[in-house]
Amino acid sequence: MADDLIQIERGDSGETVIVRPMADVDMSRSPQLRSALRDSQSKKLQRLIVDLSEVGYMDSSGLATLVEAMRSAKRTGTRMVLCAMNEKVRAIFEIARLDQFFVIVDELEAARSA
Amino acid sequence: MSDKPDIRIELSSNPAYLSGARELISSVCKRLGFDDLTCSKVALAVDEALCNVIRHGYKYEEGKPIWMSLWPLMSDGEVDGIRLVIEDEADQVDPTHMKGRELEDVKPGGLGVHIIRDVMDEVSYEAREGKGMRLTLVKRIPRPAMPARLAKEATE
Repeated sequence: MADDLIQIERGDSGETVIVRPMADVDMSRSPQLRSALRDSQSKKLQRLIVDLSEVGYMDSSGLATLVEAMRSAKRTGTRMVLCAMNEKVRAIFEIARLDQFFVIVDELEAARSA
Repeated sequence: MSDKPDIRIELSSNPAYLSGARELISSVCKRLGFDDLTCSKVALAVDEALCNVIRHGYKYEEGKPIWMSLWPLMSDGEVDGIRLVIEDEADQVDPTHMKGRELEDVKPGGLGVHIIRDVMDEVSYEAREGKGMRLTLVKRIPRPAMPARLAKEATE
């Protein structure tokens, strides 16, 4: 666990990492998410899952953080998947027309194979 | 509409208080009759506007004032929407520059103004008298479109 705000789970092989923000991601909290994602991506990964099940709200600073992580993942060949976002969080992806830029699935289990 | 807002609050330019502003806007919108998703979107637009003031206006300097005022909009005796005004004392910028970036270029940042314009029905920036900027936002309560046949009958 990185801190109370972000949980990080590493698979046994270390090739899959799950980053799970535990609260809303806004301007005051997106720096912690950015830091957690950068730490996770500092080692070679096959899969990076961002589990948004505990996120009730996200603003454009959170979105920008995920865009940055996705661009990094594409450069390094890491499969990055977002999962379990609620309707209100999904709305911001749609407004910014980024719902097609990310791989988004409903459940964490689906994210392990998406 | 009265000149005096139903709600007027002063916020400090501290990102930690954004959640409080969002809760206020969302709950007031709910009380005025907006559906849950629209309440959330209006709160998002206000959050983005406040973030822009903190980030670009005050350049993350804390303790600077931001005023948020709120009026319900009425039509035929019923609440028809909400009008919000956000004011600051930051450096003035040319309102024509407040457009937001194109979405085709996927990159972090620059989405705030786009989100505000997408969510709200009316958005206008202007320089305040003296110093600072004023952003006026209007959102009407979405109404289901009346079928053409019923609309015709209603006017007959």
